Amino acid sequence: MEDVAILGVGMHPWGKWGRNFVEYGTFAARKALADAQIEWSEVGFISGAITVRCGYPGYVAGSTMARALGFNGTQVASSYAACASGATALSVARGQILSGACDVALVVGADTTPDGFLSPNDGVRTDDTDWLRFHMVGATNPVYFGLHARRRMELYGATSEDFALVKVKNSRHAVFNENARFNKEYALEDVYRSPVVSDPLRLLEICTTSDGGAAVVVSSVDYAKSLGLHDPVRISAIALNTPTYPDPVIDLPYLATDSYASANPSETGFKESIGKHVYEEAGLGPEDVDVAEVYDLASSMELDWYEQLGFCKPGEAESLLRNGSTSIGGKIPVNPSGGLGAFGEAVPAQAIAQVCELNWQLSGKAGKRQVQGARVGITANQGLFGHGSSVLLKR
Amino acid sequence: MSKETKIDTPAVEGFFTQGKEPCLIGGRYRESGGYCFPKNLGGSDPDFPDDGIEEVTLSRFGKIWSYTNSTYPPPPPFIAAEPYEPIVIAAVELEKEKMVVLGQVVDGFSVEDLHIGMSVEVEVGTLYEDSEYRYLTWMWKPLPEQNIKDKK
Repeated sequence: MEDVAILGVGMHPWGKWGRNFVEYGTFAARKALADAQIEWSEVGFISGAITVRCGYPGYVAGSTMARALGFNGTQVASSYAACASGATALSVARGQILSGACDVALVVGADTTPDGFLSPNDGVRTDDTDWLRFHMVGATNPVYFGLHARRRMELYGATSEDFALVKVKNSRHAVFNENARFNKEYALEDVYRSPVVSDPLRLLEICTTSDGGAAVVVSSVDYAKSLGLHDPVRISAIALNTPTYPDPVIDLPYLATDSYASANPSETGFKESIGKHVYEEAGLGPEDVDVAEVYDLASSMELDWYEQLGFCKPGEAESLLRNGSTSIGGKIPVNPSGGLGAFGEAVPAQAIAQVCELNWQLSGKAGKRQVQGARVGITANQGLFGHGSSVLLKR
Repeated sequence: MSKETKIDTPAVEGFFTQGKEPCLIGGRYRESGGYCFPKNLGGSDPDFPDDGIEEVTLSRFGKIWSYTNSTYPPPPPFIAAEPYEPIVIAAVELEKEKMVVLGQVVDGFSVEDLHIGMSVEVEVGTLYEDSEYRYLTWMWKPLPEQNIKDKK
C-alpha cells in the first residue's frame, strides 16, 4: 500500500482538567492544522476517534469536532475501537486519501475520562462480557494486567524491580515532555512506596485516566510535494488486527479464553501478529526500528511489547530494559514521550498521541527527548474486544 | 433476618450448577469439539461455520495459570462489601477443555498462598448479599496436594 504523508500534528496537554472533551479536541485540531499550515476549509475529510465512556458515541464523534471547528459540509466518519480508536480513525483517513476521495484529512480524538477504574456504563447486561467480568468476578482492567505480570515472573523470572524500572525509565523521559500529565522523575523507592493495586503491580505502575486530545493532518505524498514538502514523515503501514481463533491468552473483557481443544493456537500470538502485519506491509523488520511508542497500560506490558514487536526474543525484555537499550540514548528507545504511565489514558486520543510523538521524533522536533537520527518508528496499541493496532512511520 | 434463613440465588442465572459438586456451565461446539464459557458468549472456530453449541458442565478441577488480587474495591457493576476485603482472582486452566477461566478465589486465601500450577476446584460462594438473599458466583478453591488423587 502507498504511504501517506503527515502534514502536521497537535496535542492538548494531558491532565485532569475536567472540561468538555470538545475543547481538547478542537485545541489539538487547530494546533495540527497550524503545524500543517492548512486551513480548516481545505480539509476534505475529518476522521473522529470515539469512545463510549464519556457521553455516548453520537456525541464523542468526528461530527462534534467538525461542528466545533465550524460546519462547512466536510465529509466525516467516526471510529470506535476502544483504545485503538485513534489508529482506526487514521486508517479510515488513509483509505480516503489513497482512494482519491480527498486531498487532506484531519484525524482527531479527545476525551474527558472519569476518575478511578474504567468501568462499563450503567445498566444490567448479562449478555455482555464486559459487564459480567465486573459483576461476577470483580475483574477490573488492572486485574488482567496483574495476571499477565505474574505470568511473566513465572515464565521469565521477571521481578517487581523490573516492572518498577520501566516506570522509572519512562518518568525520566516524561520530564522533557510538556504534553505529559506527570513530569516528575520517579525513583525505585517512589514506586515501591505506592500501594499494590493488583499484585504484583503498584499504583505508579498502572496508567491512570486522563483528559487530553490529539490530532494529525495527513495527505497523499504527492499532495505534500505540491505544498513543498519533499521529505515528510510518512505513514507506511497500519495494522488493525483481530486475534486468531483460538486465542489461548486470557484478556479483557473476557471471562475465559477460547478453547484450544479443537484447534491449535496460531504460532503467532495476537499481539505479535499486530507488529508482524505492519512490518510486512511496510517491507521492514524490527531491526529497522529506531524508536517505539507502546501501550504501557501497566509497566509490565511494556516488557511484553519488546518481545511482541520483535526487539528481542521472549524472556529477554528485562535485560533489554536493564542495559539501557530502551532508554533515550539506547539502541531502541521505547516510550520517549513517557508513555501512558506519564500521560494516563484518554481513550480515543491515545493512539493518535503515539503518532504525534513519533512524528516529532522522526522530524527531529522532540527537543530534549529527541532520539538522535530516528528514521523509523512503530506504535503498538490494543483496544478492548479484540482491537489490535499498530502504525509504522518512516522518513 | 439471620444468615441461616437467607435464600441462596445465583447472581446471574446459567453460569454454574449448585449442590455438593458444583460445576461451571459452558458450551461445547458439536462439530469442532471446542468449548466456551459462558455457554452462549464464546468465539467461533472459523473453520466450522455451521457449528452449533450444546450446554455442558465443565471440569470441576483445574490448575492455576496465573493469579492476582484487587486491593481496591472494583467499581459497579461489582457490588463491594463494606468494609471491603481485597478479592483474590485466579485464571485457571482446565485440562480437558483446554481453556483458561477467570474466577474469584474462595475466602481465606491471599496471593501469598497461591502459586502457578496449583490445583483448584470449583466452589460456589457468596458474591454479595442483602437482607433476604445471598447472591452466588463460582469461585476457585485451592486443593491441598495430597487430596487431589482422592477427588479424582
